[in-house]
Amino acid sequence: MQPAEANPRQEAMAVLSHAAAGRLAELWSAWPDKPAFHKVRGPETGLVMVRARAGGGGNPFNLGEATVTRATVRLESGEVGHAYCLGRDGDKAVTSALFDALFQRDAATVEAQVLAPLRAELEAADDRRRDETAATKVDFFTMVRGDD
Amino acid sequence: MYVAVKGGEAAIANAHRLLADRRRGDRNVPALRIEQIIEQLGLAVDRAMGEGSLYDRELAALALIQARGDLIEAIFLVRAYRTTLPRFGYSRPIDTGEMKIERRISATYKDLPGGQLLGPTFDYTHRLLDPSIAEGGAVDTPVARDSEPERAPRVTDLLGHEGLTEDDVNEPQDEIGDLTREPMEFPLSRDRRLQALARGDEGFLLALGYSTQRGYGRSHPFVGEIRIGEVEVELDIPEFGFAVNLGRIRVTECQMVNKFKGNAKVPPQFTRGYGLVFGQAERKAMAMSLCDRSLRARELGEDVNHPAQDEEFVISHSDNVQSTGFVEHLKLPHYVDFQGELGLLREMRAEHEAEAGDDAYPEAAE
Repeated sequence: MQPAEANPRQEAMAVLSHAAAGRLAELWSAWPDKPAFHKVRGPETGLVMVRARAGGGGNPFNLGEATVTRATVRLESGEVGHAYCLGRDGDKAVTSALFDALFQRDAATVEAQVLAPLRAELEAADDRRRDETAATKVDFFTMVRGDD
Repeated sequence: MYVAVKGGEAAIANAHRLLADRRRGDRNVPALRIEQIIEQLGLAVDRAMGEGSLYDRELAALALIQARGDLIEAIFLVRAYRTTLPRFGYSRPIDTGEMKIERRISATYKDLPGGQLLGPTFDYTHRLLDPSIAEGGAVDTPVARDSEPERAPRVTDLLGHEGLTEDDVNEPQDEIGDLTREPMEFPLSRDRRLQALARGDEGFLLALGYSTQRGYGRSHPFVGEIRIGEVEVELDIPEFGFAVNLGRIRVTECQMVNKFKGNAKVPPQFTRGYGLVFGQAERKAMAMSLCDRSLRARELGEDVNHPAQDEEFVISHSDNVQSTGFVEHLKLPHYVDFQGELGLLREMRAEHEAEAGDDAYPEAAE
């Protein structure tokens, strides 16, 4: 995810793109007084060519493509929200774009109702996976030879 | 005589309907669902995705079902699908040094910082078939051990090792080759080779990697590091003024380290081969890194004597969709070509017999 000093909106969009589609739908249905909006663009699915670096840190090369879905919405109050996320889920992109638009109107509420829980869930999932991996760490020990 | 090929329409339609039936199989057996394939045949999904060169696990799983488990057919379906979508752009290079590690091992450094993390591996299993899987019994939850988030730098960055290991080359480039957008022209730059290898056929690259170990272009390899895990993908959107994080993808990276005796310009050192593949695909990443290194022969002033060192040979034949297209087209109607060849052979045979004398091939005289 983005470092803490990143643009807050950029960080919010990152939290949204990491969320599962079903979870975003739940959060949207729980959102009180949903604003009127219209779709300015999309949702549309396309490709992003994922780049990597030779040797991990060297010159870039094109690794392969990934599906990405984007959407742009405009709230009746004027804010324009965007979303770009991996995969082909149009509903996820539209919901993410709505939360991005709402974030510009009322960042504190979106933070409390949407971003904070999503961030905590992602962190918990990452922690669990990391702990499961940590249990497979090899603890080397040295065989003591009997001749001294 | 020219014979128009027409009239197969009904046969083709019925064949495809039969295919759908055979694909579904016994209707008393429940139909497969995409989620089952993703969850329980994950490495097949990853291979279809990697060689299909399109990161999308649902699509790869659908392709596997549609192809009745034929991996190359599934890869073909994935490649065909990608041609239907517009390109939004090129991501920033992913940073494998910031990976959420799920497996990470080194065969060269026992005590690497962060340790040897075996992860979900087939290594050290006994390769005995397990009937309990067929019975569908309950599976234990994994053991967890408290850990703290920590950055896991790549071994190759961590240990320059007295300058004895080659550094990554990082220089300004005019352009980054994209084989999906330009015709292939030899010699290829390393970026283009890596793109081709990343989607190359695992079996082909594995065999070539093996050939280098058996003496056909020796490269004295060691696994510096293999790591598997998720990395962030970011896309610069000019109108936003910042990079948008699109989410995470899982990749497998292999850093192969190879003894190199040096030449007039470069002192003896460890050189490196690089493998990077979508999904969990360790064998493929290893094979790719062996091939990447052997294809650097010319750059490193080595003799190019063996198939795995010949980039035109390797890269021209590494794509299994191209390979299967050309091999499988042979089964399509070639009636006219064959009639032509038959006529030619008859003439040649007649001339041959005339030269050899009348009774050399009495049975062929018709």
